[in-house]
Amino acid sequence: MISPRYHRETPQRFRLEAGKCTGCGNIHFPPRIVCRECGGESFEKEVLPSKGKVVTYTVIRIPPAEFDDQKPYVVAVVELENGVRLTCMVAEAPPDTVEIGTEVELVFRKIQKESEWGVLQYGYKARVLT
Amino acid sequence: MRDVAVIGTGLTKFGECWETPFRDLFAAASTACLKDAGVQRQQIQSAYIGCMASGLFVGQAHIASILCDYAGLNPISAYGIESACASGGAAFRAAYLEVASGASDYVLAAGVEKMNDGADATYCLATAADQEYEVYHGITFPGLYAMIANAHMHKWGTTPEMLAAVAVKNHRNGAKNPYAQFPMEITQETVLNAIRVADPLGLMDCSPVTDGGAAVLLCPVEIAKTLGRPYVTIKGSGHATDGIALHNRDDVSRIPVVNIAGQQAYGHAGVTAADIDFCEVHDCFTIAEIVCTEELGFFEPGKGGPAAMDGATARDGAKPINTSGGLKSKGHPVGATGIAQIVECYLQLTGQAGDRQLKDARLGMAQNMGGSGGSSTVHILEASS
Repeated sequence: MISPRYHRETPQRFRLEAGKCTGCGNIHFPPRIVCRECGGESFEKEVLPSKGKVVTYTVIRIPPAEFDDQKPYVVAVVELENGVRLTCMVAEAPPDTVEIGTEVELVFRKIQKESEWGVLQYGYKARVLT
Repeated sequence: MRDVAVIGTGLTKFGECWETPFRDLFAAASTACLKDAGVQRQQIQSAYIGCMASGLFVGQAHIASILCDYAGLNPISAYGIESACASGGAAFRAAYLEVASGASDYVLAAGVEKMNDGADATYCLATAADQEYEVYHGITFPGLYAMIANAHMHKWGTTPEMLAAVAVKNHRNGAKNPYAQFPMEITQETVLNAIRVADPLGLMDCSPVTDGGAAVLLCPVEIAKTLGRPYVTIKGSGHATDGIALHNRDDVSRIPVVNIAGQQAYGHAGVTAADIDFCEVHDCFTIAEIVCTEELGFFEPGKGGPAAMDGATARDGAKPINTSGGLKSKGHPVGATGIAQIVECYLQLTGQAGDRQLKDARLGMAQNMGGSGGSSTVHILEASS
């Protein structure tokens, strides 16, 4: 992961900013410049809701090197209340506490260190709602 | 469009080829292919070479030129074709279209990948996923297929034993393939007790990291008829793309791009799933074979797992799948895999498949897939006599 790329994604990762097509109303996360539903090219900013539920998940037991200190960890596809889906880690979740349908909310967390320089990188993870 | 034939094949032994450089994997496969076809290298007009990530695995780009150089094929037109793990299938389709169009008579379709050269294979393969919105969050390739597997299990009741049946069956086939990386039989217990990679997938649900090269030679059927050598005819070709982030898929238990490419190929060939005698399916993970056999219409949705358990996909079953051993046992040098699938179809349809030869096979299919379903090619090949 390279710093300029990280910087560019900040609105999405820090503030959950999506793009809503002014033509068809479809919400895209991350934002796009062409709507994949209607081909529209006009969007307005839409902040995603934080609550949702697990669509599917896995427990990563053999991770990439930069995530080795977090193993084992749960990664899930989460569907938010407005229907938008994204992939993220489920924070503070022992492997057997997540299943399909589990209700979660997105929270701000450290994700990884950029390996060569150790730059901390942040973003969203899910947390199980109790 | 002209009818097009496959008139020869070449493979390297798949495995950890520490003494063989990237360039020689292609040179060996292409040379073997030309000898098999009885065609001189000066007759070759162009080459399409599938390769996913030589820039990452061995630090080499501009591959079409250097590979053709070391195979003695310069100055022909040549393209490196990248569509992740479907690179080989995409190269085959491009070569097919060039011959079918009438632009060239002899075109090489090849694939190569050198994965054991010190690079981090997990990182390299993960570049086939969405870097910013999947990989950034700690997902791996086994992890993506594990999420498909969990969704499939939840929706259809697919079990770990059904997944294991795929691996056991493919190793049983691969044990009879002299080119396979892991040509040994395994048991269900071996699969179920293997170390876990990404739940519910363990090590033995995953295809291996492999070095290898594969090549096939294409020419018009009208020329193939005059050569006096075995050939097969390309009856159908399909190729489709989808977004690569799994979370954008309406149903994460499915891989729709396979269905779309399959329907294209069936339509092109004028046949249905019931007409296909055997198929090489992209079993990068055990769950992938189950989902793909459903998407191709061999089994109803949700029935791919029971079919694997019941023996329907075995060599003596109703629909033999991966007689070569599949990616699981034969090995998965990603760029070469799609071409190696065509090689197996050719060998089966020309009666050259040795101990794993099927009886009376007339129509074979090869389904190659990129990433977690961002691309797929499907080809249907027919025996010539």
